[in-house]
Amino acid sequence: MKVLVPVKRVIDANIKVRVKSDQSGVELNNVKMAMNPFCEIAVEEAIRLKEAGAVEEIVLVTAGIRQSQETLRTGLAMGADRGILIETDEALEPLAVAKLLKVVVEREEPGLVLLGKQAIDGDNNQTGQMLAGLLNWSIGSFVSKLEVSNDSISVVREVDGGLEKVRLKSPAIVTVDLRLNEPRYASLPNIMKAKKKPIDVFTPEDLGVGVAPRVTVLKVVEPAARDAGVKVSSAAELVEKLRQEAKVI
Amino acid sequence: MSVLVISEHDNDEVRTATLNTVTAAREIDTDVDLLVAGSGCAGVADECSSIQGVTRIFLVDDPAYEHDLPENLSPLVQSLAERYTHVLAPASTFGKSLLPRVAARLDVQQISDISDIKSADTFVRPIYAGNALATVQSTDSVKLITIRTTAFDAAPTEGGNAAIEKIEAVTCPALAEFLGQELTPSERPELTSAGIVISGGRGMQSGDNFAMLERIADKLGAAVGASRAAVDAGYVPNDYQVGQTGKVVAPNLYIAVGISGAIQHLAGMKDSKVIVAINKDEEAPIFQIADYGWVADLFTAIPELEAALDTDP
Repeated sequence: MKVLVPVKRVIDANIKVRVKSDQSGVELNNVKMAMNPFCEIAVEEAIRLKEAGAVEEIVLVTAGIRQSQETLRTGLAMGADRGILIETDEALEPLAVAKLLKVVVEREEPGLVLLGKQAIDGDNNQTGQMLAGLLNWSIGSFVSKLEVSNDSISVVREVDGGLEKVRLKSPAIVTVDLRLNEPRYASLPNIMKAKKKPIDVFTPEDLGVGVAPRVTVLKVVEPAARDAGVKVSSAAELVEKLRQEAKVI
Repeated sequence: MSVLVISEHDNDEVRTATLNTVTAAREIDTDVDLLVAGSGCAGVADECSSIQGVTRIFLVDDPAYEHDLPENLSPLVQSLAERYTHVLAPASTFGKSLLPRVAARLDVQQISDISDIKSADTFVRPIYAGNALATVQSTDSVKLITIRTTAFDAAPTEGGNAAIEKIEAVTCPALAEFLGQELTPSERPELTSAGIVISGGRGMQSGDNFAMLERIADKLGAAVGASRAAVDAGYVPNDYQVGQTGKVVAPNLYIAVGISGAIQHLAGMKDSKVIVAINKDEEAPIFQIADYGWVADLFTAIPELEAALDTDP
């Protein structure tokens, strides 16, 4: 089986984002970028499936500016086999990404598409579900456990009330949650090897997909800051303040 | 204009998230219909008919809809959506699983997790774990939107008189099969709608120690939550997690115990009205957003707090 893993380049999760003073968005210049943490978990799971003999080939795909190629190289260094870059300067919305991925799926014919459940920039949580809708495939979202068999994929989903187990007819889409695995770090020899792995480059036009935005961002602002609070030194003082001052208990 | 709300329920009772979503729908337009799709869910439709502000309820009672599978529900929602200007669902794991699939099939760019409504086409939503707020305008003819439930009050469950209309299920291919679930039983309030939440972090050191927080929760009528670190360590189940990718809560009082305050955790609770932090590390970032900070070892502080709550006001 072939696995397709879409990945996204985002601001590194450890960086505190800054809103641009003209309110047009978040500052991306001279900011450390990295692979979206949920995408790393998807790549790791694909590699583990390959190590377990359930998968023959892992294809990574990303859509974005030229530098997104670095994100593909990160995944190739972890252990994926080859990459596809859909290069565009357009700010891509989840629907546009899903349409691009649909064309890639039709060309590559994977048995499984593994994605992160959300990207930590837009926090949309849409792309995997949209891709499943466009392909009319089954989907397991928020997945914390996954088992592949011949004609189906069983998943455990983290839902609001607890856990849920679902069997998906193959081919299927799976979006991964935090506790599926802990992604590995790439070793130096693997980083060197990854530089020689093939990356195909297309444009949205090559794939026949229009990616013009549907949503206009009118402004981006910082949320209101919370006022600094006070320190208390005993339980009695805390309870007194909560009762008399804050009046919340 | 008219708005369709996709209700979330467990075939027995409607979930509070549905009530928050009705309030958001009413801010867009007063013509609000509600879809109750499930199996053996006629009682839910009856219950929903008294929600204030709902005009009509579509009841679809079919085994295919018993377990909220998006593969089964999306053709139904899609068939109804074209009659409306807006389709809303809560930004819960239910709404997040279902609505983007419908949106893609309608060729609509969904707007996720909105926290404010500026007009019928302009909405505010948090991005980057709530470190920025984006005001966005949709150009799609039908707007599909998920609602941050903590940002909208629950609609009153009395005073309404919606008509219930039974409709037929829409054929769906058998793509997924529900095998089972392990729901975490709890006698306490639901985390996302509780008035008071007490959460523990890695500092709790074990799942057994969460009993200390549960005793406080029972005194205050509070829900119990946790940071990602505590869930990853296996102290408590996944549905306790508060944060960017877990649950978002905004209670009147949030008590963070042994939680350092990573931005991913703050994203899930910083809209709480009053925040209390109890942590032995006075440098912990949680103190920067806490209204009341108590630098103390939680293993002595929590029993003291429990005792102090028993004193007369």
